[in-house]
Amino acid sequence: MAIGVEKMYESPTPTVVEFIGRAGNYFWEFENFGLTFPGYYALYMTAYMNRFGATEEDFCKVAVKNHYYGSINPKAQFYGLRITVDQCLKSRYVAWPIKLYDSSPITDGAAAVILASEDLARKITDTPVWIRSVGVATGTANLSKRPDFIGLDAAYQAAEQAFKRIGIEHKDTWKYFDVADVHDCFTIAEVMAYEDLGFVERGMGIQLVRNEQTYKGGLIPVNLDGGLKAKGHPIGATGTSMAVEMTKQLRQGVEPRDRQADIYTGWALAHNVGGTGHYAYVTIYSLDKNGSPRVKPKR
Amino acid sequence: MVMSLEAKYEEFWRQSIKQLNEVVKATGLPIAPDEKGQYSLWYDVREMRLRFSISVERIKRFFDGLREGKVYATKCRRCGRYYFPPQADCPYCRASDMDWVEVGGEGELLTYTVINTKPLTYSHYPDYVVAIARMREGFNVLAWLRVDDPKRVRVGMRVRLQVVRREPEGYLTYEFVPVEQ
Repeated sequence: MAIGVEKMYESPTPTVVEFIGRAGNYFWEFENFGLTFPGYYALYMTAYMNRFGATEEDFCKVAVKNHYYGSINPKAQFYGLRITVDQCLKSRYVAWPIKLYDSSPITDGAAAVILASEDLARKITDTPVWIRSVGVATGTANLSKRPDFIGLDAAYQAAEQAFKRIGIEHKDTWKYFDVADVHDCFTIAEVMAYEDLGFVERGMGIQLVRNEQTYKGGLIPVNLDGGLKAKGHPIGATGTSMAVEMTKQLRQGVEPRDRQADIYTGWALAHNVGGTGHYAYVTIYSLDKNGSPRVKPKR
Repeated sequence: MVMSLEAKYEEFWRQSIKQLNEVVKATGLPIAPDEKGQYSLWYDVREMRLRFSISVERIKRFFDGLREGKVYATKCRRCGRYYFPPQADCPYCRASDMDWVEVGGEGELLTYTVINTKPLTYSHYPDYVVAIARMREGFNVLAWLRVDDPKRVRVGMRVRLQVVRREPEGYLTYEFVPVEQ
């Protein structure tokens, strides 16, 4: 059994901001310039908005989607709490242009999965979910050493490895997966994930949001559990919770059915980032033990 | 004028410890509600004060530079790569053969943010602009950008580095200032 657990909720917010801020590049970014985690991602959001003409309203639509799914997930921190674009736009800035409603909350949580050999898996379930591929890569500790701020190279490289192992190209990858969980610690992080994972080309992630193509029934449903944004982000439990969610989705065991993705190919993807792209994991799950994913039928 | 954090801290801790002692005296236990008033917490009776000490021996020249009003990068004598923040070793050449070079002139702003919700140890500063600029030499620098109005900051604007004294702590550091067009 693999267990992820974290307890953060009762700590005062300035203390949490302090400790998480110190988890970046300590001396050159925190000690001297007081960067916070929203601040790190805000540097990406500013650059992305400037390069691709995305707006704060676009990013709020990610929050609205994730809150919608969180509101119907009984395990989510924000169960029962939907938000509107307007509420999001009016929420206060925590690190301009990131607002409170662009941010994942401070959360308590835990998740567990059973990892088993093929023999044992077949004994305890008739529907095992296979871990078909894992890609992992690291990025620079110091943000200023990165060439641009419109994607996370560690996530891109992790995806590259993961896709190679299952024999698919790192391009238009939305067509292979029924569902995905991505690391939306901030709304900008979800949009960059769409592109780092090759669902769509660089700069087109925001179009997926505008056209609501990452809701259930869209090109690629993302974060139907509410994501870090609304399910919550108990840091040490988040990765495992994605494994739990992808397993439930593929086995079509999600309740209520409003957040169960339609399963066509039987493949799912989880994207998990540490730090601000200091490292990233891409894990690919499937109902098939062998072979490459088929392409989803046209709708 | 920004007030020192130390006095505020001392007062804050003094009050907290006093309150805690009263709770222990009254109830026999150091248990009180969390900040949000929802859950009971055990407040540690063993205080730990921590400030990191960080080795800068091999990049001392950088800090000497700040005293001279200069910001230095390192440049590998073998491959010509620049390093900022400065580092004493070139991982590409596996060598420690560095020149210390002053960061010249201007840079172009790549991105920025305004920190509104601050860490505890930054809570005594007004909201500050953190920016990353590409310097003329080709490397990036991350620092505060000194502007009166954050709304006038634009990606692509020209900035230069200057050495400043960070108040109220009074230590030397560097920041960006806009280059007048």
